[in-house]
Amino acid sequence: MAEKKISLMDTVRDASKGVISGIDKKDVEHWVEIYFLGKAYQVPAGLTIMQALEYAGYRLIRSCGCRAGFCGACSTVFRRKGEYKLQTAMACQTRVEDGMYLVQIPFSPAEKPLYDIEKEKYEASVLLKYFPEVARCVSCNTCTKACPQDLQVMDYVQAALKGDYKQVAELSFECIQCGLCAIRCPAEIVQYHVAQFGRRMYGKYGIPREENTEKRVKEIKNGEFNKKFEEIMSLSEEELRSVYTEQQNTREVY
Amino acid sequence: MAELEFVGGYPTYMRESIKKVEQTRNRRIGKLVDQMTPKEREDILNLCHPDYAPGGKRELKIGPNKGEIVPNEVADLLEAYPLVNPDKIDLSVVDYDTDILIIGGGLAGTSAALLANDNGIPADRILLTNKLRHGDANSMMAQGGTQAADRPNDSPVLHYIDAMGGGHFTNKPDVLRALVEDAPGVIKWLEELGALFDKDENGNFVELTGGGTARRRMHACADYTGMEELRVIRDEFRNRKIPVLEFFPAIELLTDEENKVVGAILWNMETDEYKIVRAKATVLATGGFGRLHIRGFPTTNHYGATYDGPVMAYRTGARLRDADTVQYHPTGAAYPQQIIGLLLTEKLRTSGAQPVNKDGEEFVFPLEPRDVEAASFIRECYIRENGVKTPTGMKGIWLDTPLIDILNGPGATEKAFPAMVRMFQRFGIDMIKDPVLVFPTLHYQNGGIETDPEGSTNIKGLFVAGEISGGVHGKNRLMGNSTLDCMVFGRRAGVHSAEYVKKGVDVGQPGLKHVKKYVDELKSAKIETDRKSPLLLPDYRGKAALARGIDIF
Ligand SMILES: Cc1cc2nc3c(=O)[nH]c(=O)nc-3n(C[C@H](O)[C@H](O)[C@H](O)COP(=O)(O)OP(=O)(O)OC[C@H]3O[C@@H](n4cnc5c(N)ncnc54)[C@H](O)[C@@H]3O)c2cc1C
Ligand code: SF4
Ligand code: SF4
Ligand code: FES
Repeated sequence: MAEKKISLMDTVRDASKGVISGIDKKDVEHWVEIYFLGKAYQVPAGLTIMQALEYAGYRLIRSCGCRAGFCGACSTVFRRKGEYKLQTAMACQTRVEDGMYLVQIPFSPAEKPLYDIEKEKYEASVLLKYFPEVARCVSCNTCTKACPQDLQVMDYVQAALKGDYKQVAELSFECIQCGLCAIRCPAEIVQYHVAQFGRRMYGKYGIPREENTEKRVKEIKNGEFNKKFEEIMSLSEEELRSVYTEQQNTREVY
Repeated sequence: MAELEFVGGYPTYMRESIKKVEQTRNRRIGKLVDQMTPKEREDILNLCHPDYAPGGKRELKIGPNKGEIVPNEVADLLEAYPLVNPDKIDLSVVDYDTDILIIGGGLAGTSAALLANDNGIPADRILLTNKLRHGDANSMMAQGGTQAADRPNDSPVLHYIDAMGGGHFTNKPDVLRALVEDAPGVIKWLEELGALFDKDENGNFVELTGGGTARRRMHACADYTGMEELRVIRDEFRNRKIPVLEFFPAIELLTDEENKVVGAILWNMETDEYKIVRAKATVLATGGFGRLHIRGFPTTNHYGATYDGPVMAYRTGARLRDADTVQYHPTGAAYPQQIIGLLLTEKLRTSGAQPVNKDGEEFVFPLEPRDVEAASFIRECYIRENGVKTPTGMKGIWLDTPLIDILNGPGATEKAFPAMVRMFQRFGIDMIKDPVLVFPTLHYQNGGIETDPEGSTNIKGLFVAGEISGGVHGKNRLMGNSTLDCMVFGRRAGVHSAEYVKKGVDVGQPGLKHVKKYVDELKSAKIETDRKSPLLLPDYRGKAALARGIDIF
């Protein structure tokens, strides 16, 4: 029996080995050619740009973080063969295509204004005080076209100009701060910094607090649960198990 | 082989199975398989959970946990030689002299920096160093939420009991109590810093349950919870001008004559130059170990999740706890190839998505504790042979996501799961209309360096916080307890390292005596190997390119 279980785990291991230990040429059926920094590489079709670079032999240090579309480290610009249009993408979330010319942009140089969120007034003018350059927006929509998250970047810049924190927050919520908009902006606006400021201001000043949370913090501070904790923490494992089972049976439905 | 034909992102043969899922969908609404009994849970874990099924682990031959069992991949790193020869490091020049060195800037490390600063350590007496960028971290990827028992029908005591049960009653009680009692305060802190949680019009949190939680206490920011939490506290960190280094991993801790930890060696990944940091206190917050691909599983973790912290700390004599357990998340993506292993949050199941097999049949309660749920998927695929095979040879279970809109109204999926919808869309799949294929993925390091409720360890001067630590979750963590853990103990480590520093620390000569001693132990245990650690990054280079590599410079 024991042996069977081991081989079960080995079967499971085998099923995903390509993802884990580097791809073997003999497992690949379809190939494409990409140009990284101008050099041509044959890579398996169906990989992401990031996986393809690794296949080609690059051990990434820059331009690779979460590998899942959340951290904004892997910004990439590319052109397809025969197309004039410059495209933007996240390397970990984009499939390679035959004839892609690409380069990664691991860093977007941009200073962030410093502020003390506790001391700011919730007023439209505050946003413009820190980001006067939003007034230079020429509404060219380049940022929106560049955004790999498909956000309406220009719209949130326009909302920022009006000091509409709520709209800035809502339109920019899914920003992964990849910097691609800022790199392309002719008005040299750093959209993601504007957005971060807008979201924090809205979160801090624009939304009511829930009372229950504040109340619970006080109750805990006043030691209102101490007795119950002492009781529970003095139970034997056996007793605790039955308390747990009972509690699971009173689960709130979801 | 003929080219596969695809419809809506799936090859036609997978479409056949999707049809069956559609056929059973209406019948399944509102009907869930019963939860397993404790006995059934135990049996299935022993049968086919990668952590319980035989093999895959071995006894440690040296160090404070000698004789204890850990995964082979972990033992390989603990029983490995240092990256640097201690005799060749020049310790006479100190490059950074600081009060508190924080290693790793996820939620844990960043919280520690803020609270140390709040508690009297000036910004310029703190140094935060990162292996990659500040924010390339597991924290950035948390989707589902953060637990805090703040509703009237809930209490920290219920939270405590849920976590104990989830952890199979192996959690360290005092540490767990600190976790649940600090939780509402953490949510309040984040709100005051301006984090945007899901709320209704009146400002009340929209809270859901999670696997193994008896009450709704999950605070979420759509499915970008960790990203919102981390980018807010990172912004605050930047506003305070706390010094930070990037692409500068710690590769070894430094100890003085009394074996206090007094700093670290950092290494510039791009220029190869090393730097010596002398610090009165060191907070290790390097996160988890998904990139070790334990038992060959794909992972949800970020690129730098390679167990560096415990490796360095173990050499100083820090004790590990529950280092034998690994958390596999039941719902990692199994298809398409580009996203294998990536996380599909548990919240999909709390919102109504059901796991079903290739015939569209339900076979497990959707919200068993993670280990049980994961084991049941493995059984369904590899023992009962009811999985769906992908073109790359993996097997998976359908997660019937269209149910979310059916149960919660049109638009619900898009509103609650923008990141997921977007991820699948990028590869041509519409998860609102079609189910998605899942298989367990390596997700979380349950155990780690043992701490007390203040984040201190058995080694003086060494504090730990976050996924690196062991004890609070016992042998299995519940969803939403780990972002919480990072902030609770990050904050606590910040406070207590500040207090430790303010009491006055007599920092001796930073040295590597502990490393030399460790090397001696390796040798006397007859561990002959060319393995070196910490690992820093995994290596995914293609085999063909590697086979012809020449190491010139
Ligand atoms: C995809 C995903 C989804 C998740 N969802 C949830 C959820 O919904 N709810 C929940 O509660 N938890 C969730 N978790 C778990 C949770 O996000 C993590 O456990 C937690 O954020 C870890 O935080 P941390 O600060 O300890 O480590 P991390 O956030 O990983 O930060 C550690 C940092 O240290 C750096 N580092 C590593 N080694 C070194 C070194 N040698 N020198 C310097 N720096 C180093 C790393 O690069 C990294 O930046 C999820 C995890 C993942 C991966
Ligand atoms: S708004 Fe700008 S920084 Fe944010 S995701 Fe879009 S392109 Fe990237
Ligand atoms: S790219 Fe710059 S100028 Fe153009 S719309 Fe966007 S913010 Fe305005
Ligand atoms: S690596 Fe994080 S977004 Fe691509």
